[in-house]
Amino acid sequence: MSLAVDVTGLNKSFGDKHVVQDLTIQLEQGRICGFLGPNGSGKTTTLRMLCGLLTPDSGSGTALGFDILKQADQIKRRTGYMTQRFSLYEDLTIAENLEFAARVHELDRRRERVDVALTRLGLEARRGQLAGTLSGGWKQRLALAAATLHEPKLLLLDEPTAGVDPKARRAFWDEIHALAAEGLTVMVSTHYMDEAERCHEIAYISYGRLMARGTAQQVIDGSGLITFRAEGPDADRLARELSGKPGVETAAAFGTALHVSGTDRAALEAAVKPYRREPWRWREVEPTLEDVFIHLMGASQDNFQ
Amino acid sequence: MMGFSGARVMAVLVKEFKQLARDRLTYAMMLAIPVVQLVLFGYAINAEPRHLPTALLVQEDSRYARSMVAALENSRFFDLTHQARSPAELDRLIRSGEVQFAITIPGDFSRRVARGDKPQILVEADATDPSATGGAVAALAALPSQALVHDLTGAMAARAGAPAPFEVVVHRRYNPEAVTSYNIVPGLLGIILSMTLVMLTALSVTRETERGTMETLLATPLEPFEVMTGKLAPYVGVGLVQTIVVLLLARFLFGVPMEGGWIGLILGLSLFIVGSLALGFLISTAARSQLQAMQMSFFYILPSMLLSGFMFPFRGMPVWAQWLGEIIPVTHFLRVVRGSLLKGQGLIDQWPSLAALTAFVLVVTALAMIRYRRTLD
Repeated sequence: MSLAVDVTGLNKSFGDKHVVQDLTIQLEQGRICGFLGPNGSGKTTTLRMLCGLLTPDSGSGTALGFDILKQADQIKRRTGYMTQRFSLYEDLTIAENLEFAARVHELDRRRERVDVALTRLGLEARRGQLAGTLSGGWKQRLALAAATLHEPKLLLLDEPTAGVDPKARRAFWDEIHALAAEGLTVMVSTHYMDEAERCHEIAYISYGRLMARGTAQQVIDGSGLITFRAEGPDADRLARELSGKPGVETAAAFGTALHVSGTDRAALEAAVKPYRREPWRWREVEPTLEDVFIHLMGASQDNFQ
Repeated sequence: MMGFSGARVMAVLVKEFKQLARDRLTYAMMLAIPVVQLVLFGYAINAEPRHLPTALLVQEDSRYARSMVAALENSRFFDLTHQARSPAELDRLIRSGEVQFAITIPGDFSRRVARGDKPQILVEADATDPSATGGAVAALAALPSQALVHDLTGAMAARAGAPAPFEVVVHRRYNPEAVTSYNIVPGLLGIILSMTLVMLTALSVTRETERGTMETLLATPLEPFEVMTGKLAPYVGVGLVQTIVVLLLARFLFGVPMEGGWIGLILGLSLFIVGSLALGFLISTAARSQLQAMQMSFFYILPSMLLSGFMFPFRGMPVWAQWLGEIIPVTHFLRVVRGSLLKGQGLIDQWPSLAALTAFVLVVTALAMIRYRRTLD
């Protein structure tokens, strides 16, 4: 096995804000790693440090075997990076955007590669259309095609599907899995739990620190979180009554159901006990990724203060 | 109908004020522009400049000649800054623009005054900017009847009265008919190039930052110098096309003379275009939005129009304003363009301006390269 990303002790501050703290992460080649964490937790900064857009204050490591501090130009040649916003030229056509990407990377057989990418996207018929007129989902698929035109070995995606409808998101993720199957290593930041579950593994980062790492199941198991689910009327009111009680870390309503989570089983049982009556039906369930993340977010906040 | 609600108007008004107060550059513009304009128009702009540098060629050292010199200085229009030793030197001084006036007092001046055959004093004025010399030339009219009043006493007293003892011949060089457009049209070339090139590049680079495409560019193998060259090259073409259009119109619509100085003109033009583009690029490294880029360009263009000698005679400004004007690249470019087209200056006359433009290009390009980040740090 070879590591596509192997960095140790990365730090980055902007002014007095310590955005990334002692981040150490390894990623095997061909894997899709979901990068999760609240807004402002340092996900974008980490991705930018990996592709040479930002210089870490301290720390070291390699991406694709190249030193991230000294060989950023080598990494840039072999990396595809998609920014949070649509960052192609809206006033160029679909084909022109791809041609530009091909020229910047000094690719041979430009026309052929652009045609292949257009076919793969299913956009041959619309090649002359301005990129700015595409819908959100298509824009992101075009940006992905442009970012992978030079056949990178590492793909960094920063919230690629924010604001994209579920169908387009699924198409986008099918594409990512197809690329990973060809050996591409993907690091993708996201806020969507369903997308996190489609990743081979997850890294949860909060306030600049790596809080959890592993497959979705490993992260859930490793959290030590206990969750009870109640079904019945007035889940919203019950959630408000339960939150803040000793032992209850999170209480959130999901439609007509309620998830109550905590790490201390005895305290949680005690908090829930007065409500173990009609009309509610209680059972213990496995925490969802979202339960775990909200728990982690609270835990890291305590660390941070 | 919802009717008119004062409270709702208030909501918008309060929001607008808060946003305005937070937009520092707009704030600066609102305050700085009236102040700068008042100071400039109030103090710096003088439609009747005095103390103009003047070179003197005195071919006879006599009492009359010395009185002439004193009378010229007393008029406060002429500052005798140079003493020429030969007609050739006098010619060089006025062609290079070092002096505004060249005055020749002929060798037999005293003798002819004494004989009463009205000798002539030759005053050559650099009339490329007619408004710069108008007042001084008018003041010369009083010279013959007054300059020698104190000298012509005793036996010569008869020569002191009317008719005047000598004549002043004014020779308006480079623009004998005092056509204002001959001065304005070549000057416009500098202003048009600054306005379009500085602003276009500042906007075009800032647009990439604003839309997020700069981040994508930085993540590719593109080097900063490659981005800069690629982005600026098209605008060099824009600048050349504009130059050709302006020069053609100047020639065929306004009949502006083209005396020569082509080498200096081409050199100055190249330096000025490259420098303006680099300045636009430099602005874009500081501006966070296209609006800011516009505002910053405006801060450059306003003094370029007012202090460069484009709108008002450069020598009419007080010394502090002239120092400011010397820092502005347009000032030097205007000297090159007017010097070439109207005066047919050679490189010997133009080298100070060309050197200033070279310094402008070097400094601004260096600053732009330093400020342009290949990372987002």
